[in-house]
Amino acid sequence: MSTWSDALYDTLLDAGVKQVAYVPDAGHKRLIELALANPALKTTVLTTEEEGVALLVGAYLGGERGVLLLQSSGVGNCINMLSLAAECRVPLLMVVTMRGEWGEFNPWQVAMGQATPAVLEAMGTIVLRADEAEQIVETVRAGSVLAFDSGRMVAVLIGQRAIGAKVFRK
Amino acid sequence: MSGAMLERRAATARLLAGRGDALVVTGLGSTTYDVFAAGDSPLTFYLWGAMGGAAMVGLGIALAQPKRRVVVITGDGEMLMGLGSLATIGVQRPANLAVVVIDNGLYAETGMQRTHTAAGVDLAGVARSCGFAHAETVGTQGEFDPLARAAFETPGPFFAAIKVSPDPTSIELAPRDGPGLRDRFRGAVLGKAAGR
Repeated sequence: MSTWSDALYDTLLDAGVKQVAYVPDAGHKRLIELALANPALKTTVLTTEEEGVALLVGAYLGGERGVLLLQSSGVGNCINMLSLAAECRVPLLMVVTMRGEWGEFNPWQVAMGQATPAVLEAMGTIVLRADEAEQIVETVRAGSVLAFDSGRMVAVLIGQRAIGAKVFRK
Repeated sequence: MSGAMLERRAATARLLAGRGDALVVTGLGSTTYDVFAAGDSPLTFYLWGAMGGAAMVGLGIALAQPKRRVVVITGDGEMLMGLGSLATIGVQRPANLAVVVIDNGLYAETGMQRTHTAAGVDLAGVARSCGFAHAETVGTQGEFDPLARAAFETPGPFFAAIKVSPDPTSIELAPRDGPGLRDRFRGAVLGKAAGR
């Protein structure tokens, strides 16, 4: 779907990621396909995003790094579970594709999309943003170091401007 | 009736007597107290919050450590909040993961309000429907005895709900500092690699 997804996949592998957890999003489609195609990665489809926070804390306790792929609407589902990574100061890398902002057609996405950075920051998560496609890989690379080497919760928000706003198709 | 029921603390101690080098995750509240009361271990990771997350923490450990047995011991209220995680585990099907629910049908931590299991919701039935390799409910000593071994040996994903007496038990204060629990668990599991 887009070339940045392939580069992002390589960046995550370089960062030592062994577990990938996701709730599907159109913006993550290519990355999810790449992860599922790699038998060396443990890729877990979730029923709700908060499961991924708990899963990746478990992965870290067992010695593996992971990444959580989600959409901005799923950030709200994670709020209390972020307490786990916050209190235990476990590295947590989230890559969030944004909705509800640049050119959004669906008004139901706007409330959570607009609240996403504030909600994450309220829980102590460091928020990085990429609003141009060419910023995505370097931002995730920087975020992965901050997460895994400095032991922090980090969310990289990929702006709708970078992904291309979803259009309504019948 | 209540005289014939299993008692949660005795059942947990009996269950853990055969844990060997298994990794144990507890759900917040009573199961954290029960497991601590049975004997502390660096191979136990106690949750004091993150309600609904115990089974998923167990799955993350089980995927990272496929050669180790991982046993999640949690309560019915905690399991109900993470019901979707049974579906997620059913997709991954880790052979080394067991989820054991100590089911008193009550939210003991908040004033003994009845949970969904008290109204008949069948957690083992949910686990079975989600594709767990083994799922059962036990309520008597005779049913429980074989389970204490099976939870650590039967290829999983393994699920058991242990119906226990609603009688209140004492609060046993397990360690609750997050980074401390993190470091001792990783140190015990990973050795020197824990520093990475």
